Amino acid sequence: MKPFAYHQPDRIPDAAKLLTSIEDSKLVAGGMTLIPTLKQRLASPPALIDLSKLGNLKGITDGGATITIGAMTPHAVVAASKLVQGKIPGLAALASMIGDPAVRIRGTIGGSVANNDPAADYPAGVLGLGATVVTSTREIAADGFFRGLFETALEPGEIITAIRFPVPLKAGYAKFKAPASRYALVGVFVAKFADGVRVAVTGAGSGVFRVPPMEDALSRSFDPSAIAAIKIDTEGLTSDIHAEADYRAHLVTVMAKRAVDAALS
Amino acid sequence: MGNVIGIGASPKRKEDQRFLTGRGNYVSDIKRPGMTAGVFVRSPHGHAILRGIDKSAALASPGVIAVLTGEDAAADKLGSLPCGWGISDAKGVPMKEPPFPMLAQGKVRFVGDMVAFVVAETPAQASAAAELLTVDYEVLPSVVGVLEAVRPGAPQLFDDVPNNLCCDWELGDKAAVETAFRKAAHVAKLSLVNNRLIGNPMEPRAAIAEYEPGTDRFTLWTTSQFPHVVRFLMGALVLNIPQHKLRVVAPDVGGGFGVKQFHYGEEAVITWAAKRVMRPIKWVASRSEGYVSDRHGRDHVTEAELALDETGKFLAFRVNTLANMGGYLSTFGPNIPTNLYGPLLGGVYTTPAIYCNVKVVFTNTVPVDAYRGAGRPEATFVLERIVDVAASEMGIDRVEIRRRNMIPKEAYPYQTPVLVQYDSGDPMGCLDGALVAADVKNFGIRKAESARRGKFRGLGYSTYVEACGLAPSRFAGRLGARGGLYESATVRVHPTGQVTVMIGTHNHGQGHETTFAQIVSEKLGVAFDNVDIVFGDTDRVQFGMGTYGSRSLVVGGAALSKATDKVVAKGKKIAAHLLEAAEMDIQFEAGKFSVAGTDRMKTFEEIAGAAYVPHDYPLEVLEPGLEEQAYYDPVNFTYPGGCHIAEVEVDPETGTVTLVNYTAVDDVGTVINPMIVEGQLHGGIVQGVGQALYENAVYDEGSGQLLSGSLMDYCMPRADHMPMMNISTHSTLCTHTPMGVKGCGEVGTIGSPAAVINAVVDALSHLGVTHVDMPATPNRIWRLLQNASLPVAAE
Ligand SMILES: Cc1cc2nc3c(=O)[nH]c(=O)nc-3n(C[C@H](O)[C@H](O)[C@H](O)COP(=O)(O)OP(=O)(O)OC[C@H]3O[C@@H](n4cnc5c(N)ncnc54)[C@H](O)[C@@H]3O)c2cc1C
Repeated sequence: MKPFAYHQPDRIPDAAKLLTSIEDSKLVAGGMTLIPTLKQRLASPPALIDLSKLGNLKGITDGGATITIGAMTPHAVVAASKLVQGKIPGLAALASMIGDPAVRIRGTIGGSVANNDPAADYPAGVLGLGATVVTSTREIAADGFFRGLFETALEPGEIITAIRFPVPLKAGYAKFKAPASRYALVGVFVAKFADGVRVAVTGAGSGVFRVPPMEDALSRSFDPSAIAAIKIDTEGLTSDIHAEADYRAHLVTVMAKRAVDAALS
Repeated sequence: MGNVIGIGASPKRKEDQRFLTGRGNYVSDIKRPGMTAGVFVRSPHGHAILRGIDKSAALASPGVIAVLTGEDAAADKLGSLPCGWGISDAKGVPMKEPPFPMLAQGKVRFVGDMVAFVVAETPAQASAAAELLTVDYEVLPSVVGVLEAVRPGAPQLFDDVPNNLCCDWELGDKAAVETAFRKAAHVAKLSLVNNRLIGNPMEPRAAIAEYEPGTDRFTLWTTSQFPHVVRFLMGALVLNIPQHKLRVVAPDVGGGFGVKQFHYGEEAVITWAAKRVMRPIKWVASRSEGYVSDRHGRDHVTEAELALDETGKFLAFRVNTLANMGGYLSTFGPNIPTNLYGPLLGGVYTTPAIYCNVKVVFTNTVPVDAYRGAGRPEATFVLERIVDVAASEMGIDRVEIRRRNMIPKEAYPYQTPVLVQYDSGDPMGCLDGALVAADVKNFGIRKAESARRGKFRGLGYSTYVEACGLAPSRFAGRLGARGGLYESATVRVHPTGQVTVMIGTHNHGQGHETTFAQIVSEKLGVAFDNVDIVFGDTDRVQFGMGTYGSRSLVVGGAALSKATDKVVAKGKKIAAHLLEAAEMDIQFEAGKFSVAGTDRMKTFEEIAGAAYVPHDYPLEVLEPGLEEQAYYDPVNFTYPGGCHIAEVEVDPETGTVTLVNYTAVDDVGTVINPMIVEGQLHGGIVQGVGQALYENAVYDEGSGQLLSGSLMDYCMPRADHMPMMNISTHSTLCTHTPMGVKGCGEVGTIGSPAAVINAVVDALSHLGVTHVDMPATPNRIWRLLQNASLPVAAE
């Protein structure tokens, strides 16, 4: 790790100002992703801006038809939240499947969504539920937020403050864990709303994506059998030492069926 | 004071008190006055010509004290890292043994090969300077697989090693095997890969070196399984430091598994550098650094054929293997896939003729050497797999074919056609015990229940034997060992009767401080708490070969047992004098020396006191003091074995294999501490399951990059991968070790991979699947099911 300056602002505008004024500076939330990259000297920002002292970034609020989760809320808090478990059990289940207990206690939803790791779990939940990413400057719909491999719509200096999730009729998440890392080799989030079904896939490609044929089929009949025969094109899917693209494609269908099962149970 | 806790008891481990309370003393815990930090610069390329190194920017970096390269080592006329074994081919031509410079000279041969050592005031300064070193590489194509490496036109690692072939080794009677094959009613064939593994001990390697000008002595603290061997190899053969001027300390070490039983270049470089900079230097590897520099294990490609008569009796076994050595010969490298592999191909069977050819091959990968089991898991895997293949092809039950070929208990000692003679064993007894323990009888019910849930259940057997307790020196010498393989122990009885043992083995998780204390407690009748075991320091321990090859109890424990016998013998002489009796009338039992048939006696403490306060003492015939030393060189290997039964469930939708039951009945000879034996089996089995289902070191052909270079990509087995294991022993006593012990450190790793894979193949056999390579990953199983000859029934 190389030396860096450390700032701990207590107001969002101050944090944003530091972020824009110090070139190559980085926000740090739970540090579960950022700190390892510093330790391996893969990144060496001149300054870290710690979000932990900013007010209002932690916590979960009930908006009736929505649930809003502050950016600094750790995965373990989401997993254990009675509110989330009651209204969007699939999202609580997703949070409980991230990493290990230590990672869930430190890692945050804002950090996960901002990082947009192609194998992270939250992006599937955010896109699958059609959530809104609330930032220091604006609100961004999930459909326009994730831009592929570690890329998002965030502008320089923009800070995620919360994620607002609409409450679905039913939702479920199924994850096939990568054997070594236990990130998602393939994870599928399925959410049923009054006006249709959304299906979002993580782990399989360079970023989270939706599967319209499955959404159509499930909108007609919200049952695993409705999508059992839908095959995913291997174009654009990842092949690596753990899984070849056609296997990942197959797993998308299997995990989508299991996600529907989870939503129904 | 406490009590005697002897052989067969399971006291809690003495050493765990300090480990569990954070009071261990590992190399990286040690701080020396004026200590500096060292960082190795390693090759990012699998294969490249080193055209030049520009040190200037690194040297100018803040805090930098020295930058050393292969040229500096050459200028100081330092030796090459030695190989401890010299094997030969069938014609007696010695293996090719190219030099292994401690810092690369002229060429780099694997990603991680060391090119420079940077010493600075702090670790951060050393890392920063290391990034400023300019190394001019001319990158060459890499070859990483053994099949590719021996192909014509393959990249050549060394100018004088044609086809990258280190040695074309063979064992057995080739002609007899060919004759038997001609007469066979059936020949089973199998091609398989034994996957490459990375040891991943919890503590990464580390070292501190210090030179003391006042005494002209060096001290090296290192994460080693065998400090005396490091002292010899490094002092005598690499750095030209006289043995009495070099102290090697291996304090608490956080796991070894073989990875730390080699003399590494880092040790030599840091010791040499410490004198050059006249300051102590510390180096601690990162986990990532360990991946590209810790010696790897296994990595074979094998073709095997088993000839059988019409009743399923094995007539002959023929095995052709290509074994990966990596970029250089490591300390035991060429011994592992040859001498520790071929002689195990007889297994527990009466196969009369066996022939084995092993082509030992250099590639652009980390050097390959011993890893828990070392050669024996590879041999067991080939044999136990092909037995299943033969059974299935001939329509004979897998247990029945094993019974028909097993060496009966009465036939021991049993001479195999591949050098080794088993002294004792009862494979049939282990098999019978395991069949009951695993409830094989009701397997059908469990399989039907799995099928109702859409899962395929399979059962797999591995009836195996291994050779450990390395090693009879004379025998090993004939096979190419360049050193002896005995062990030594000193038993020092203090004037107050407490005991300190100095032993040449090294405890790094095996529980020696407990097991060895139990032996002393039992044999001398002293309280378990009054015995301390000292190891890991060449200044404190007389000599030793260290810990590997399941040798500590078998060879070290035997030396300890002999030394305690000598203490008792001397104690009897002292007692005879004090009790005014003839020496032959003195009995020693439960810590008391007594005159047979009388109530006259002296306690062990009284005798110890008399030995050190020799007022009333036979000084004319006996020296004062009570301290005895013994060296023990075994007359044979020991042959633990047993039967492992794995039960798996396969999810055909995802290809996931779940290990649902695991049963082991092992013959490890005398059990000193049942809890520790069980723990060794647990750990060993998990490592074997790791090989069978999860672990795989993958290199990229062409670039030589390690693709599985971190825990994110190299899958270690985890607690939730394992069911509760059902472990028991069915022991016969070793006939030639003092206590009848056989060793248990590696049996779990040796027996288990075949049991697991045989279970996976069994689960899928109704689909026409006849073999699954390791690791049986979900992707690999799914692919097999895609290509399977029958439709997937459960869907
Ligand atoms: C061992 C291990 C296992 C893991 N397993 C999983 C898993 O199974 N599934 C999974 O999804 N994840 C997994 N993770 C990742 C984990 O969930 C991380 O916590 C998460 O990816 C990042 O969150 P963080 O709060 O730690 O962010 P940090 O590491 O602090 O930051 C990550 C990035 O996001 C930026 N950032 C952080 N907060 C904000 C914000 N509010 N606005 C804008 N940018 C911000 C930072 O600048 C940085 O670039 C694992 C991590 C580890 C170490």
